[in-house]
Amino acid sequence: MEAAVVFLPLLGAFLAGLFGFVLRDKGSMLVTCLLLTLSAALSWYLFFDVIWGNGPRTVQLLSWVQVDKFSFDWVLRVDQLTAVMLVVVTTVSSVVHWYSIGYMHHDKSIPRFFSYLSFFTFFMLMLVTADNLIQMFFGWEGVGLCSYLLIGFWFDKPSANAAAIKAFVVNRVGDFGFALGIFGVFVLFGSVGFTEIFAAAGSKKDATLVFLDVEFHALTILCLLLFIGAMGKSAQLGLHTWLPDAMEGPTPVSALIHAATMVTAGVFMVCRLSPLFEYSETALAVVTIVGGSTAFFAATVGLTQTDIKRVIAYSTCSQLGYMFFAAGVSAYGAAMFHLFTHAFFKALLFLGSGCVIHAMSDEQDMRKMGGIRKMVPITYIYMWIGSLALAGIGIPGLGGFAGFHSKDVILESAWAAHSFVGQYAFWLGMLAAMMTAFYSWRLLFLTFHGEARCDEKTLAHVHESPASMWLPLTVLAAGAVVAGYIGHDAFVGGGMKEFWGASIFTHETHKALENAHHVPLWVKLAPLVVGLVGIFIAYMFYIKDTSLPGKCAARFKTLYEISYNKWYFDELYDRIFVKPAFVLGRHLWKSGDGAIIDGVGPDGIAALTQRFSRMASALQSGYVYHYAFAMLIGLVGLVSWYIYGGLSG
Amino acid sequence: MEITLAHYLSVAAILFALGLFGIFLNRKNVIIILMSIELMLLAVNINFVAFSTHLHDLVGQVFAIFILTVAAAEAAIGLAILVVYYRNRGSIAVEDINMMKG
Repeated sequence: MEAAVVFLPLLGAFLAGLFGFVLRDKGSMLVTCLLLTLSAALSWYLFFDVIWGNGPRTVQLLSWVQVDKFSFDWVLRVDQLTAVMLVVVTTVSSVVHWYSIGYMHHDKSIPRFFSYLSFFTFFMLMLVTADNLIQMFFGWEGVGLCSYLLIGFWFDKPSANAAAIKAFVVNRVGDFGFALGIFGVFVLFGSVGFTEIFAAAGSKKDATLVFLDVEFHALTILCLLLFIGAMGKSAQLGLHTWLPDAMEGPTPVSALIHAATMVTAGVFMVCRLSPLFEYSETALAVVTIVGGSTAFFAATVGLTQTDIKRVIAYSTCSQLGYMFFAAGVSAYGAAMFHLFTHAFFKALLFLGSGCVIHAMSDEQDMRKMGGIRKMVPITYIYMWIGSLALAGIGIPGLGGFAGFHSKDVILESAWAAHSFVGQYAFWLGMLAAMMTAFYSWRLLFLTFHGEARCDEKTLAHVHESPASMWLPLTVLAAGAVVAGYIGHDAFVGGGMKEFWGASIFTHETHKALENAHHVPLWVKLAPLVVGLVGIFIAYMFYIKDTSLPGKCAARFKTLYEISYNKWYFDELYDRIFVKPAFVLGRHLWKSGDGAIIDGVGPDGIAALTQRFSRMASALQSGYVYHYAFAMLIGLVGLVSWYIYGGLSG
Repeated sequence: MEITLAHYLSVAAILFALGLFGIFLNRKNVIIILMSIELMLLAVNINFVAFSTHLHDLVGQVFAIFILTVAAAEAAIGLAILVVYYRNRGSIAVEDINMMKG
């Protein structure tokens, strides 16, 4: 059954991809959707079985590599951590599949789209069920590939191609770190299997690695390298530039890959490798600082973006930051909890924005929307639910939307870590929470309230999405409403120990998550308060007095420009990396490849042959007497050679 | 002055060379090339006859007769070709006959 969960999507991808011409659009859709739904159902069963039933298990599939000490197999490792990821991935994926039937119905290459989606799901499942680093890397690269294919799905759009390449290249930077980390792990532990590594981690906590005659704390170096991989995949500060551009892909792809599943792979990886990270205070501090900074940074950028999908993309980036600093203060349960709830409400927001874009005839600019709430009531409600969950609104003591539980416990853990980095992350996270509420409601108000700012033709065409699109959203909406309330106890509350079992390791000195339940009242209330303040400001700005945003932008022009231009990261990278790379590439191409290799090689030989043949053909004048003369010269030559040379020789 | 074999051979060589240069240097008419070839054949004939007398062997003179026959046939064929060629191309100038040019 474990194998079925993982391989049913692959079967779907295989059928839709290779036999799409037989199955046609309808068949490919149905086959992939049904197989994924089956996979989702099985993984829910597996989830309950693993956590409250027969416990974690591993399933051996095939032997893979056996070279001396370097040996590992294809093994599915299904423990509590994996089980959580399995339900997240398969549920969101099947919802997105069903949604895509409505969203992509007028596309030209439906089988290809569905094949990619299923293929992606397979790789993601491979990643989360990995039992060794190599298998994880296989899934890791696979999801990267599928992400590339899906961002560039509309390959006739140059911007989509550019975004796909950017995503792939930026991810390579992270993957380079990840690969180095894997090599390091093998050097240190002599194995890449999780079981062996985790068992030996404690005994290696003081080990050192010598590199260039400098001695480093081995686990710190390894964790930092692995974390670079996580940063790339999860779009953390520095390597985040690809995520907003990835919105060039179809909206279901943004929801599945760039909100709910693939980008959370980094968080999952850090949680999975918690036995390593726990022994390196430095690495954990770095994770916390990067996470906190990203949460803050992405939220500030989200404030001023005008593309509806980009706002949500930066929001995703910011929420991933939350997950990372939760992991950084050893609150892995909280990180996974937020990952779990975030998958629901962020996918809901993305698919909801897909409905909006669908209704607005493919318009994505929020400045050209507005006032459509009456025309798309269902989408409107779902977007409200998603935003409420994202901003973390609820009633203290009773319960609330998904984010209310997961985000609060993260902030409380950061505060309860009682460390400098914890405080750093807490305050930045608090600011980010306010901005999150602000930009979420800015999105709602700009899109659904006020006056319609689109042209008449678009306005006349505004319509509610078909049932095939909003019905799947109901699943996500339900998740966004209740996931936090239901999961709170199991993920981070009293049932935590039993729920996670041995899949997450926490050093006994790291008590942030336990202490999180005993923080002062103001820490508990603060996230909710700043969230409400954010909503209030958004209300003032975009409903009460719509001239305020313009005035504000003019008053704080520098800040506005920085935020609007995403802190100039793209420009900076363009200047430092992209342009020099182009110059170098052009140089190598022109002088290296063109002048030397081609010049001396194929082109040079061809030119030489041509020159000689032209000379040879010049001899063929066509006049008989020239030939006769040549014959005579030859004859004379032969005779003289015969007489003189022949006599002497 | 006694006329020796060397004299005959010299005359033959001069004739042969004349024929040769007639072929190379002539830029005008194909008929002149044919005439030059005849000249060269005659030079060879003189050689045959001279050696035949010198070696007292009649076979050489028999060959000379054969060569005359062949030369006559060759001239006839050559001229016939020329006539046909002229009909086809309208010219028998040497400059125009360069279809083999590469």
